[in-house]
Amino acid sequence: MTYIKPKFRHPDLPKNAVGFTKTDYEGVISTLCAGCGHDSISGSIVQACYEMSIEPHRVAKLSGIGCSSKTPNYFLNNSHGFNSVHGRMPSVATGANMANRDLIYLGVSGDGDTASIGMGQFVHAIRRNLNMLYIVMNNGCYGLTKGQDSATADAGSVSKSGSVNPFEGIDLVGMALELGATFVARSFSGDKTQLVPLIKAALSHNGFALIDVLSPCVTFNNNVGSTKSYDYVRDHIEALAEIGYVPEKEEITVSYDSGSSVDVELHDGSSVQLHKLAEGWDPRDRQAAMSRLQQAKAEGEILTGLVYVDPDSKDLHEIIKSDKRPLNSLKEEDLCPGAGVLAMINDEFR
Amino acid sequence: MRNLTGVNDLVVRFANVNGTGSASANNMFAMSIFRMGIPMTAKNIFPSNIQGLPTWYEVRVSEKGYLGRREGVDIMLCVNPQSMKQDVASVKPGGYFLYDNTKNLHKDFIREDVNYIGIPMIGICMRLYSDARQRQLFKNMIYVGALAALLDIELEVVKGIIADEFKKKPKLIEPNVQAMMAGVTYIKENYEHPLGLRVERRDLVGDAIVIDGNTACGIGAVYAGATVAGWYPITPSTSLVEAFAKYSNRLRVDPETGLKKVAIVQAEDELAAFGMVLGANWNGARAFTATSGPGLSLMNEFLGLAYFAEIPAVLVDVQRGGPSTGMPTRTQQSDLLLAAYASHGDTKHVLLIPSNPSECFDFMADAFDLAERLQTPIIVMTDLDLGMNEHLSAPLKWDDARRYDRGKVYTAEDLDALSAMGKQFGRYLDVDGDGIPYRTLPATHPTKGSFFTRGTSHDEYARYTEDGVKNAQVLDRLTKKWDTAKEILPLPEFYQAQNESNIGMIFFGTTTYAALEAIDLLKQEEGITLDAMRATAFPFHASVEAFIEAHDQIFVIEQNRDAQFRTLLINELEINPKKLIKVLNYDGMPITADAIRNGIAKHLEAIKL
Ligand SMILES: Cc1ncc(C[n+]2csc(CCOP(=O)(O)OP(=O)(O)O)c2C)c(N)n1
Ligand code: SF4
Ligand SMILES: [Mg+2]
Repeated sequence: MTYIKPKFRHPDLPKNAVGFTKTDYEGVISTLCAGCGHDSISGSIVQACYEMSIEPHRVAKLSGIGCSSKTPNYFLNNSHGFNSVHGRMPSVATGANMANRDLIYLGVSGDGDTASIGMGQFVHAIRRNLNMLYIVMNNGCYGLTKGQDSATADAGSVSKSGSVNPFEGIDLVGMALELGATFVARSFSGDKTQLVPLIKAALSHNGFALIDVLSPCVTFNNNVGSTKSYDYVRDHIEALAEIGYVPEKEEITVSYDSGSSVDVELHDGSSVQLHKLAEGWDPRDRQAAMSRLQQAKAEGEILTGLVYVDPDSKDLHEIIKSDKRPLNSLKEEDLCPGAGVLAMINDEFR
Repeated sequence: MRNLTGVNDLVVRFANVNGTGSASANNMFAMSIFRMGIPMTAKNIFPSNIQGLPTWYEVRVSEKGYLGRREGVDIMLCVNPQSMKQDVASVKPGGYFLYDNTKNLHKDFIREDVNYIGIPMIGICMRLYSDARQRQLFKNMIYVGALAALLDIELEVVKGIIADEFKKKPKLIEPNVQAMMAGVTYIKENYEHPLGLRVERRDLVGDAIVIDGNTACGIGAVYAGATVAGWYPITPSTSLVEAFAKYSNRLRVDPETGLKKVAIVQAEDELAAFGMVLGANWNGARAFTATSGPGLSLMNEFLGLAYFAEIPAVLVDVQRGGPSTGMPTRTQQSDLLLAAYASHGDTKHVLLIPSNPSECFDFMADAFDLAERLQTPIIVMTDLDLGMNEHLSAPLKWDDARRYDRGKVYTAEDLDALSAMGKQFGRYLDVDGDGIPYRTLPATHPTKGSFFTRGTSHDEYARYTEDGVKNAQVLDRLTKKWDTAKEILPLPEFYQAQNESNIGMIFFGTTTYAALEAIDLLKQEEGITLDAMRATAFPFHASVEAFIEAHDQIFVIEQNRDAQFRTLLINELEINPKKLIKVLNYDGMPITADAIRNGIAKHLEAIKL
């Protein structure tokens, strides 16, 4: 069952620049297990959208199938949602985006939904640089079908029943970098201070933004020996930098020593501030990102933060040169050439 | 030997090697007939291969306007040694075999009852041209000229076609005319001409055009206002999306900015192609895809989602020979059951079945209106014969007064008005009692009208429910919508003002040409009169059931093994199967009038005994 939250609003709840309170960004009450990482990610999405003063109806939220893919029901109740079929959210998001380039597309998927059944569509959405935020709620298992290993489960990770995963795990971040993704980040459901600004930056990005969020499954994959448990992730996490998001027009006030900090201006005029950077690290350098990722892997670290961004990225519409207006707003006058032109076309077939 | 004779009633078959540029020469021949005002139909019989294998092109000239394929070749133009044996064998006694006699014909290829007309095509080319590619291409024009002289085709007509063909490369006009005339001259100097079998100018084609169904569908999608297409290449549907792209590039590009009022993406597979179509339609654009059997198989899961979540979509299935990868370059009507009931669970889909290019255009335009009106996928069922062969067709027609029917979509004002009346928006509420709910598009209103589209069981407000009774109610409403569909789909066509016989026949799609000819044959040669109905859509209009009711026996003519259309009739209308007699063809070639006539006559003979 799905429960509708009681719509009690405190009159004094603060409103953002577009006149909405934070509750306006919430969804129905979650039916996920208490403590599920996915719910925390939903919370971060709500916070990011509220703080960014996004009008909720300007967002289209889409997902595949899985516990993770249920979450769009649990945030942004004033947004249209599309819970599609298993592994196929990217194509639906592609079509939606082709129809109206002006909306914000937020796709949510699971590691099973993305790295197994949906791998093909995921890869091709990256390749086309579809303008969307793609969040993988990555728990290393199939939550909804009761805990089978997923393709992102690390080799050697121990399941709840004690079996050891014999196969190599797929690193979606490394793969996305290799595929030419223009915004690649990893985070942890339990680290809101990092995840919220990452979501904001991703929403400001023009092109495909991947955030692979480690999101423990408390019911099936939170045991000792699992490399996707809360404890394991906390112990092995290694943040690339501290991250701040500065909206458009707001002046950047905090300043850091050059060398240890970078400001990256994003497509919409906002910027991400990264500080306490590892030496010589620049998130605009794809090659450096790939080798840093390999290094972390070798050292058993889970690298998080903004791994790579291309602030000059061109999205699908720019690539295929489609009209600046949303295609779904075009009318007969724009689209139908009329009977006169058809008479000429007919003549070419005589 | 009695030579075949006659005017404007013949079949010419060209035996070529694919990849040798014969297609355009053959097409010029066919268009010459058309421009002399004589009805003709042309079929490409080609291999699933790019270069080197045999390919045939068959032109039927028919004063009576019969546009189906006819059994038996009167004139064979063979320039392919690979297939020569079977080509010689396929000529009717008294017919003509045209070949390149630069080298002598082997005695194995000699038949007593066939006229041989040798033309030294290579020899002439060697004399006229030095470049190897030119020799190859102009060889084709030599046989066009030879045929023109033999059949009495007006040379000015052929020259006009050559001029049109090379409008953009005028330098090529002269040498092509020269090659064609070399063929003419050779015949004039060496053979009696024209043959007893020949053509003569008529005024029988009116304002008709010659076009393939895929192109007509592609243009139809432009006129229908499709702005999004996702697709994956597959024969025989590829040229449909290519036509859409071509005409969009011509008609939908801003000359100043170069920006396009269309977005076309070649998807990674057919699942993604259909996913794109769904996403775009959900978001208020008109979107479509085209595919063939294997692609339709892949789209099943999404088709079920579209049906259940009630999302408009337009899909063209250009059917080819199955099962499996089957005969990719041959025709069949064998995806009917797959399309009608695609996806698991109780799922059914609306099918539109055009039977000629002009109807392809119309049905594409209708499909987008119907998809949005009914909020469900509309599958346009064509086939390789219709899609890839050029047909003599009524011109494409568009009424400038026509408006797109965008279906039941609430605007922001509607939503405000609704809440002013104290009503809540319910995505799946049957407000009007016709089974069709109202939808809203993303970003319509800041606080009203949002909902969660899902393939899971849902209530009238699109909320997840595990209440089986509620789910059954939704399924029942979908049935109601199905009944509404029956009323608004294209009507079947009846070929008699009122029924005249206790026997009827039902056919659809490209079978129509042959079926109409078969009706004449049965009447003239067997003394059998039948009533005829052409189906154009599924689910069936009430008049389909009435037609079946009114006859003791119905022949159901279709191009598949399992009589799939008959199954649809039995399944949906609860017809006694014994009443429906199968007449089938599934060899991959378009069905012929003879096959239908024989099938029907044999059955009637058998029950007489
Ligand atoms: C075509 C298809 N196959 C199988 C399933 C069953 N199924 C539902 S969810 C799921 C796995 C989900 O795993 P993941 O994407 O990681 O999501 P999680 O539940 O872990 O958040 C599977 C296999 C399905 N819904 N559809
Ligand atoms: S099964 Fe796992 S993934 Fe699913 S809701 Fe429960 S904790 Fe979350
Ligand atoms: Mg998972």
